[in-house]
Amino acid sequence: MLSKIVRTVANQLILFILVFGLYVILHGHITPGGGFQGGAIIVSGVIMLLVAFNSQELKKSLRERVLSIVESSGALIFAILAFAGIGTVFFYNFLVGTPIFGRIPDIGPGPGDIWTGGVIPLMNFAVGLKVIAGLSAVVLAIALFSSGEEVEE
Amino acid sequence: MRRVIGLILLLVLVACLVWGVLPPIMRDFGYPPSDMDDYIIENAQEQTGSNNVVAAVLFDYRGLDTLGEATILFTAVMGVLLLLRTLKRKEESS
Repeated sequence: MLSKIVRTVANQLILFILVFGLYVILHGHITPGGGFQGGAIIVSGVIMLLVAFNSQELKKSLRERVLSIVESSGALIFAILAFAGIGTVFFYNFLVGTPIFGRIPDIGPGPGDIWTGGVIPLMNFAVGLKVIAGLSAVVLAIALFSSGEEVEE
Repeated sequence: MRRVIGLILLLVLVACLVWGVLPPIMRDFGYPPSDMDDYIIENAQEQTGSNNVVAAVLFDYRGLDTLGEATILFTAVMGVLLLLRTLKRKEESS
């Protein structure tokens, strides 16, 4: 566990990192970014907490079991969304034109609209869930494993 | 001796990499012309409704590749969790 200054700053900073990561995930179909990139940003915040606090301390709020379930459900949402368009073809964007995320933007450069993109924002969200839960579970498992070895030796 | 061998191998690797980007090997940018990119740039906004054409390619036109990418991540996470978890449990029980 690092000093109190580092812990306080990490406590304040994690909020902004989470908001920025969520912004990158949810605006994946308008601005550069997407599920993988935003998930990596949020996982970098988790790693910051892991460095500032101890892995035993972080284990109380982030459980590997829950993370594993969230990761699997993200993969499941992704696959279900892919299979939902199978009436036409696998990975068909069946939500374009419908009221849900179905607005078609002006052709050409423009500021964009959050309510467009069909199935793409939902898939971005699923992939984001998957990357956040999966990478934090890996980092947490490795940190716990290495810290457990250090305690035993 | 090992350092000399390593240096020689490094030089050979650098020579191979430089040789790879010289003009006879490396083609011009976008040289084998394909109609796919023009088609995607022209029709992506209309067909997918997404302003970010890269996201449209990732999640719509080439969604199967993204599914494979997600499967790789899933497998890696499962492998790490499985490996570290069993090791910990064995240590606890013994």
